[in-house]
Amino acid sequence: MRIFKYGDDVNTDVIFPGKYTYTISDPEEMAQHALEDLDPEFVKIVEPGDIIVAGKNFGCGSSREQAATCIKYSGVAAVIAKSFSRIFFRNCINSGLLAVECPAAADRITKESSVTIDRERNRIQVDGEWIDFPPIPEAVRYIIDGGGLIPYLRKKFSEKKS
Amino acid sequence: MGKTFVEKILAKRAGKSAVVPGEIVVVKPDYVMSHDNSAAIYGKFKQIGAGRVFEPEQVLIILDHCVPAASEKYAKNHQEVRDFVEKFDIPNFFDINTGVCHQVVIEKGFARPGRLIVGSDSHTVSYGAVGAFSAGIGRSEAAAIWATGEIWLKVPSTLKVVLDGMPRPGVTAKDMMLYLIGEIGADGALYKAVEFTGKAVSRMTVADRIVFANMTVEMGGKNGYFSPDETTFEYLRARGIDESGFEAVFPDSDANYEQVLIIDAASVEPQVAKPHTVDNVAPVSEVAGTKIHQALIGTCTNGRIEDLRAAAAVLKGKKVAKNVRLLVFPASMEIYMQAMKEGLFETIIEAGGIVMNPGCGPCLGAHEGILAPGEVCISTANRNFKGRMGCKTASVYLASPETVAASAIAGEICAAEALK
Ligand code: SF4
Repeated sequence: MRIFKYGDDVNTDVIFPGKYTYTISDPEEMAQHALEDLDPEFVKIVEPGDIIVAGKNFGCGSSREQAATCIKYSGVAAVIAKSFSRIFFRNCINSGLLAVECPAAADRITKESSVTIDRERNRIQVDGEWIDFPPIPEAVRYIIDGGGLIPYLRKKFSEKKS
Repeated sequence: MGKTFVEKILAKRAGKSAVVPGEIVVVKPDYVMSHDNSAAIYGKFKQIGAGRVFEPEQVLIILDHCVPAASEKYAKNHQEVRDFVEKFDIPNFFDINTGVCHQVVIEKGFARPGRLIVGSDSHTVSYGAVGAFSAGIGRSEAAAIWATGEIWLKVPSTLKVVLDGMPRPGVTAKDMMLYLIGEIGADGALYKAVEFTGKAVSRMTVADRIVFANMTVEMGGKNGYFSPDETTFEYLRARGIDESGFEAVFPDSDANYEQVLIIDAASVEPQVAKPHTVDNVAPVSEVAGTKIHQALIGTCTNGRIEDLRAAAAVLKGKKVAKNVRLLVFPASMEIYMQAMKEGLFETIIEAGGIVMNPGCGPCLGAHEGILAPGEVCISTANRNFKGRMGCKTASVYLASPETVAASAIAGEICAAEALK
């Protein structure tokens, strides 16, 4: 598992450039441009299960959901940050990308760290030490458990019809 | 203990007697706004399999991001939106001849005091300028509202910004907002509702208030709100909306604010945001002399008639510097017509500027004025992120219409005062 570490205020324009927002609709293709203007090396070396660790206000700027989608489809398992911009955080919940707000872990994790995320118990192990993070609000748990907002609603509507 | 605006409106809309910050509520927005991204939302809507739009009147679509279409892909995108509108009988649809979405939502009277509007665009926060609650959401969430009519929102805590004192002549709403963002940073209001108040506010036009509400998201805010007052009511009356057409919601005088920030408006001088973040703010005097290649006046932040008048006053009888392109995008067709009647276009064109059609244009790097590598643009927009105007090695400075117009003439960054 590789760890990509970035700073504060990483905005959605460098995660997924605006010039692609209406020209790319396939999530796999979106993934090929993930973090393009922040770290051109990222897409060349990212592998399934890698994680992104960042500072405060990750995902600030535009509401574009592709910023969450392109990271998810690049194979990244989770983004751990000191804080997230609110629309990006919602987009993560809705697209099933694990976004963990945990300043202590974001500080402690280095590129060489060994990291394990325990989703059930809302904690992260960094180099052997457990750190708790605030749970995803109970009231929106159903979206995550349903695999994201669209799959959740699809299931609901198909149940209604049958 | 009293309640803030956001606590009151979210309680009301959720059918509860009271809510507290951190609580999650389910509400039915008056409108869900989307633009060119409506095609992508339609794609997600189809995946849901709802079969029908829950309430066609709730859906508000305005095409503005890349209008007229710059390529076949954009054209197809618009085509899909029009197909959706026709198929589901969406009454509130505005095609490419209308204007930038946020300006249209306000000037057509969709935004009103006490209304709750969400939009699949981060600058949906703008409508707080007339006393509405409005916040940006993602595409999947917009599709979900099309299907179900509802959305969940978390009740934020509130930051109160008091704009005390009166700004000096030549200091605009844009300068004050940039100054504020520079002070508290890009995450200074993260997850928070923001209420703007103070002596300077009472003298502000609705156009000024839109600048603040619009850029609330650049400091991480969930929404930005101004208590409706006579200025607001006058603005609405001019659009045929009287006080029976809305139910204003006001914060209690003893509301509980998480933080109160006081800004002395009189101490602010003209500001710019330097590349490549909006909170990288400095007085214009500090970067004066920086050579520019392009100047942009327009966008949902500063493309109103007041902005065009201010820019034209600076440009009058002068010439845009050699090797500088001045692009002017009125924020809507209504503004375009008004500017034409007032002769503002003559002034702009005689000075060497180019008047473009209403729309977002190069603001998001889509078309109509993309930058070349190494170029510098000064713009009245709200974002200067790397690559924002289509080229990641170009630089964008943000400023007021006055400063942008003056810089276009000087060929380098320059305050309007310094030009005289
Ligand atoms: S003018 Fe710019 S900031 Fe405003 S809605 Fe259009 S792209 Fe977004």
